[in-house]
Amino acid sequence: MHQVKTLFQRELAAYFATPLAVVFIVIYLALTGVFTFYLGNFYERGQADLQPFFGFHPWLYLLLVPAIAMRLWAEERKSGTIELLLTLPVTMWQAVLGKFLAAWVFLGIALALTVPMWITVAYLGDPDHGVIIASYIGSWLMAGAYLSVGACISALTKNQVIAFVATLVVCLAFTLAGFPLVLDAFSGWAPVGLVELVSSLSFLSHFQAISKGVLAANDLVYFLVVIAAWLVAGAMLIDLKKAE
Amino acid sequence: MLKVQSLSRRFGALVAVDGLSFEVAPGEVLGFLGPNGAGKSTTMKMITGFLTPSSGTATICGHDIQTDPVAAKRELGYLPEGAPAYGDMTVEQFLRFIARIREIPAGEIQQRIDTVIDSIQLQAVVHRPIEALSKGYKRRVGLAQAILHDPKVLILDEPTDGLDPNQKHEVRKLIRSMAKDKVIVVSTHILEEVPAVCTRAMLIAKGHALFDGTPEQLSAKSRYHQAVTVQLDAVDDAAEALRALDGAASVETGPHSVTVFPTPGASLIEPVNQLARERGWQTHSIFQEPGRLDDVFRSLTEAA
Repeated sequence: MHQVKTLFQRELAAYFATPLAVVFIVIYLALTGVFTFYLGNFYERGQADLQPFFGFHPWLYLLLVPAIAMRLWAEERKSGTIELLLTLPVTMWQAVLGKFLAAWVFLGIALALTVPMWITVAYLGDPDHGVIIASYIGSWLMAGAYLSVGACISALTKNQVIAFVATLVVCLAFTLAGFPLVLDAFSGWAPVGLVELVSSLSFLSHFQAISKGVLAANDLVYFLVVIAAWLVAGAMLIDLKKAE
Repeated sequence: MLKVQSLSRRFGALVAVDGLSFEVAPGEVLGFLGPNGAGKSTTMKMITGFLTPSSGTATICGHDIQTDPVAAKRELGYLPEGAPAYGDMTVEQFLRFIARIREIPAGEIQQRIDTVIDSIQLQAVVHRPIEALSKGYKRRVGLAQAILHDPKVLILDEPTDGLDPNQKHEVRKLIRSMAKDKVIVVSTHILEEVPAVCTRAMLIAKGHALFDGTPEQLSAKSRYHQAVTVQLDAVDDAAEALRALDGAASVETGPHSVTVFPTPGASLIEPVNQLARERGWQTHSIFQEPGRLDDVFRSLTEAA
């Protein structure tokens, strides 16, 4: 645990040591504002909830999380620091977890900075705070899922642009897994069970379930399993590709 | 104590390291020599647990790097090729991170960092980000992180690469000063470094050890070993006379020097001196060659 904490602190500090953190947070906040107030018709709806705000999160993450994830391992491999990191007395697990948690907490900080949105809606009306809390938790979990996909793909390449684009495509497939766009590719030939399985993998449908205010175990477990599975795959890929 | 047992690594069809075995005891400084691509770095990456060997293993202070990697890595200090470090950190932040991850007790961290910064002369750049440092400073920061926890086994991949002659001298002095109770393995392609820092030299080519012995034994394998070189201007006359000398096998001439090679077992320095006096040659110098490392390096690695 001590090693995970040390790695976590180094990684988190690295975001703030460069303009990356500030640029990312400013863009993230600006985009959430644009989405909520212009595209989401926040005022026109006349309802005291944050539905227009959270509704855009999957699309926002699709664009922004790969930008955070792409550097996770690709940068270590490119600069050679992966050799330093993995010859320190840390296990692969501690390294994978430390880096992932730092990025996830960083996304959590960005998300937490949207709290003025919550304050606004509470000032204007009488929202269901339970739903908003559940939505925040769901949003952060979903960000973690996107991030774990990106961390795994980042382990495959030294090129951050490739990592970004590939992560975006895989995340898009996961986001849309419940939509005809993806399901049509399966429904012609695959058994019904497989089609249902694919559809149940959708980030979007699980997030929408949570953001209705129901923190059901299956949705929470879904995101945690997705995160764990991609991290395991990532750790295996790093082990395989680290020396290339 | 470092023990390497029939270590091998294949990359597809290429055999980078082929069944390498050796032991290094505390107090020894082992120099890894060999042409580029000989397998020096690959061997070091396997010893330090970065690369998984195709077969064989390495044991550091009794801990197998494959079955007990964390314990083995605790005893190790490693400077990887190119001295990678986190560029966004300052030298001090970086060393503090290394100290914490190596679990140096909190109360000793500052003192350890100060000692290392002092011995590697990093005072001028302590608060500068690593990415803004010159190549020589980056290399020294890499060295600093490797020795920070005072490891029992030190593996240094080309520690003096990119340093100027003064810095090279300082780093060599540092390595020698640490050698007393440590196992040190240094890779280099700078031959002059071998007699300067190593107590033992190992020549590697195509993944095999071609030679393992003291630097003196290595230079003794040179065909120049025991040869006598006379530096003078009247090269042709001297070559003629030296060729006729008892115990002379052959003679080589340069623009201002003649080198005479002895027959096995013969010693030429006395007879040559005497001859030079008798003939009244205007010599600049006469000396017996200890052997030339570049010559051994070429002849051994080209034959492999």
